[in-house]
Amino acid sequence: MVSQSLPQVGALGSERARQKPWTERAHEWVVTVDHKKLGLMYIFYALVFLVIGGVEATLMRIQLAVPNAHFVSPEAFNELFTMHGTTMIFFVAMPILFGFANYLVPLMIGAQDMAFPRLNAFSFWMTAFGGLLLYFSFIGGSGVYGAGSAPSVGWWAYAPLTAKAFSPGHSTDYWTLALLVSGIGSIGAGVNLVATVLCMRCRGMTLGKMPLLAWLNLVMGGMVLAGISPLTAAQLMLCVDRYLGGHFFDTQAGGSAVMWMHFFWVFGHPEVYILVIPAFAFASEIIPVFSRKAIFGYPVMVAATVAIAFVSFSVWAHHMFAVGLPSYGNAFFVLTSMVVGVPTGIKIFNWLGTMWGGKIIFATPMLFCIGFLFQFLIGGLTGIMLAAAPFDWQLNDSYFIVAHFHYIIVGGILFTIFAAFYYWYPKFIGRLMDERLGKWHFWLFLIGFHLTFDFMHIPGILGMPRRIYTYEPGRGWGIWNLIVTFGVAFQVAAMLVFVVNLVRSYYKGKPAGNDPWDAWTLEWSTSSPPPEYNFAVPPVVKSRRPLWDLKHPEDPDWQYE
Amino acid sequence: MLGASGLTAANGAFGVIAVGSVPNIFTPASTPADQIYKLALFVLVITGVIFLVVGGLLAYSLVKFRRRPNDDGREPGQIYGSTQIELAWTVIPMLIVLVLFLTTARVIHGIEDAQAPEHALDVTVVGHQFWWEFRYPQYGVVTANELHVPVSDPSSPSPTYLTLLSADVAHSFWVPQLAGKTDVIPNHVNHTWIDPQQPGVYLGQCAMYCGTQHAHMLLRVYVDSRADFDRWIHEQQQPAADDPDVAAGRKIFEVTACVNCHSLRETIADGRFGPDLTHLMSRTTLGAGSMPNTPDGLQRWIENAGAIKPGCQMPAMDLSPQELAELVAYLETLR
Ligand code: HEC
Ligand code: HEM
Ligand SMILES: [Cu+2]
Ligand SMILES: [Cu+2]
Repeated sequence: MVSQSLPQVGALGSERARQKPWTERAHEWVVTVDHKKLGLMYIFYALVFLVIGGVEATLMRIQLAVPNAHFVSPEAFNELFTMHGTTMIFFVAMPILFGFANYLVPLMIGAQDMAFPRLNAFSFWMTAFGGLLLYFSFIGGSGVYGAGSAPSVGWWAYAPLTAKAFSPGHSTDYWTLALLVSGIGSIGAGVNLVATVLCMRCRGMTLGKMPLLAWLNLVMGGMVLAGISPLTAAQLMLCVDRYLGGHFFDTQAGGSAVMWMHFFWVFGHPEVYILVIPAFAFASEIIPVFSRKAIFGYPVMVAATVAIAFVSFSVWAHHMFAVGLPSYGNAFFVLTSMVVGVPTGIKIFNWLGTMWGGKIIFATPMLFCIGFLFQFLIGGLTGIMLAAAPFDWQLNDSYFIVAHFHYIIVGGILFTIFAAFYYWYPKFIGRLMDERLGKWHFWLFLIGFHLTFDFMHIPGILGMPRRIYTYEPGRGWGIWNLIVTFGVAFQVAAMLVFVVNLVRSYYKGKPAGNDPWDAWTLEWSTSSPPPEYNFAVPPVVKSRRPLWDLKHPEDPDWQYE
Repeated sequence: MLGASGLTAANGAFGVIAVGSVPNIFTPASTPADQIYKLALFVLVITGVIFLVVGGLLAYSLVKFRRRPNDDGREPGQIYGSTQIELAWTVIPMLIVLVLFLTTARVIHGIEDAQAPEHALDVTVVGHQFWWEFRYPQYGVVTANELHVPVSDPSSPSPTYLTLLSADVAHSFWVPQLAGKTDVIPNHVNHTWIDPQQPGVYLGQCAMYCGTQHAHMLLRVYVDSRADFDRWIHEQQQPAADDPDVAAGRKIFEVTACVNCHSLRETIADGRFGPDLTHLMSRTTLGAGSMPNTPDGLQRWIENAGAIKPGCQMPAMDLSPQELAELVAYLETLR
């Protein structure tokens, strides 16, 4: 059996880097192939788009706060929800998760970099250009009057609304090309993650001794490969339709609108899990450390993740229950959609098992994870309601569904992303984020989140469809929409606190040291921020928690694994 | 890209439309909606119990296992897992899933595979950007945005079977109190059915984003007593009014582009791009529920429909005030 060695290295190059002129430093960022720099660039890029997408959401909520508002025009509203949805999924959630994966996976498996550093840089820049292309449509996407415009087809861009006949001008093309280009970036990132985890692990780290974060990102990378491809194929077909006179989706010439739906959701549902599995990864690292206990049921957690990945490729038509599939088709997708809830439930139980009997510390990262657990539980249960197809015939395309998926995406994924910021920022920057501001951020965001998204379920039950730019008074929706918009104010305030915290801590934060949380995985064995090649001497591990073994030589983990 | 005037509530253009009924999915008035309602209650109870159990355990562990101020600083006992427990929380959810699946499948079958009885009413629904066309093939009647169906007596049901077609993009037919939604997709024929058991007006709305005015693609279902329904059908079957007093208006209608987009029986107008106007005045709203059908409203609509429903497919008709008045006078006779 290999023995363990964990060199504690100091910061090698980073002091020197600070003295170079800014042009040279900027140049270094642009040409870098270092996984940490690319990771930070992904994260920064996504934060910028989070603000943009947030502004778009706020504008929509102002418009909907009262009946018959004239804050934005109908066209502008339709552009806003299209841009908001597309931005949030493809240019916020995906890149931010890729960013964390990029930074953390090599560190946590004791590698010096990703498997393909140049592909890594290429992937980032493709993603970045995709976002720019989407937003360039504001200038270049000539609308009806030749002025710039944005796509207004919704983030699923259902055919035949995307056909030239119904979406003239170029804005829909910018949407298509943006997703094509960034999709290539995502596929590159997926290849890289899979290769890195499979080939770059340090000595002693068998698959069964990887931190869960590495496992989950391996699964995510694999899902990206299988999931993004149908989207890319569909975008190419749409381009052919729009420019070469193809008829894939052109219903006026015998094409099929339903085929687009299948293509889109074969991508679209796995996409949700591509986003949520890295979120699970954060929770699976943070909850144990702040409960002071090893993760409960590690092998089961891995198995559940793999099960989710496979089953999630067979549930897509639960987005199409109202499309008029035959009854046995609908029943099949009811079954698969409910079955995918089982491994998901198992994960929640295992996090609960991890906390059970621990000593829970309510630091900011843990607070966000606890928020995640409650909200993900509720979002999962409303998901079960939607999986019951007839119930979905009522709820689908109403505000209930908007509430449901924001419960998952904001209440689940975004909450764990915030947890990840508070937890790993000290590793990235070398300074801790401020705890007091962190608590303000958490509580403001929690209140805002619940005001907005709890009350959003109700107008859906009262028959309010999604994607409407206004509604008449007297339909019983007004008061709920007002509360929903009121909650957004809290979320905006919370985001301001968060940004202030990010910036302030960069200059004034408490120095973090290598291991501020008394944690157990390899990234905490190196300096903060880590030196250029992470570890001066490649580490050798014997268990899933190498730093636990180091700190507790009397009772090391490898005795039990 | 922002509209100029900021927030102004209830400016009147759409103000008086709502019939006061909230289309709550939990107040069903027809068999499909009712079956969904019962399934929904069942699912709500099960998910509610799961929430209480899991949420309760979560809350309990947060309180019970928090680190106390007088903590001794030692790490708690490390537990790595337990096969029995894992097995329990795998098998129990599987059983719950099985029960939920079987219950759901039964309701799907009950609604989707229901066979139309012989005396069912057939209606063809055609979704257009941004209005609804309703055709009654058994009676030769065509109307728009306001669907009339007979009330169905549970002891001898007379349901209405709807065939859903689209003239352009995808829409979705949704009247929450009568049935769940069914998408209306071009090149893809869909079906749904309703058997409302209470006379009244039920509000619905297009539920699939279909373009600029998706928000104003409302529909209302008038559930009439058998006698009222028969009378309504009879009136709709009558030829269009031809009042010599408004011959000037009729002339304007016939020489304007109106006829290319609208149908009006016994005239040359046979367009299908816009709603059938033969019995226009029998409808209570204009523009798929955008405004009440009043003489003043009608005039404003024809003058410039886009000012009322921006982005709708009816162009401003550039008529002189006199032409407009004469045209509206003619349209008002189309009862
Ligand atoms: C380019 C085609 C077109 C032309 C020309 C046109 N309309 Fe229309 N019209 C429509 C469409 C489409 C609608 C449905 C608009 C909606 O609700 O979104 C409509 C709606 C209407 C309505 C409301 C019907 C209802 O039940 O809601 C009336 C009345 C009407 N048109 C009258 C006229 C008259 C009179 C003219 C000629 C002066 C005319 N239209 C010319 C396309 C046209
Ligand atoms: C936190 C504050 C947020 C608010 C207030 C908000 C609000 C909204 C609103 C009002 C809509 C339009 C609903 C409709 O008209 O159908 C919407 C749609 C959407 N949102 Fe958000 N949102 C927020 C955050 C997010 C985040 C973080 C994501 C993803 C990472 C996200 C993803 C989406 C998607 C995918 C849509 C669908 C767009 C479409 O209908 O095409 N949102 N959101
Ligand atoms: Cu899905
Ligand atoms: Cu619509």
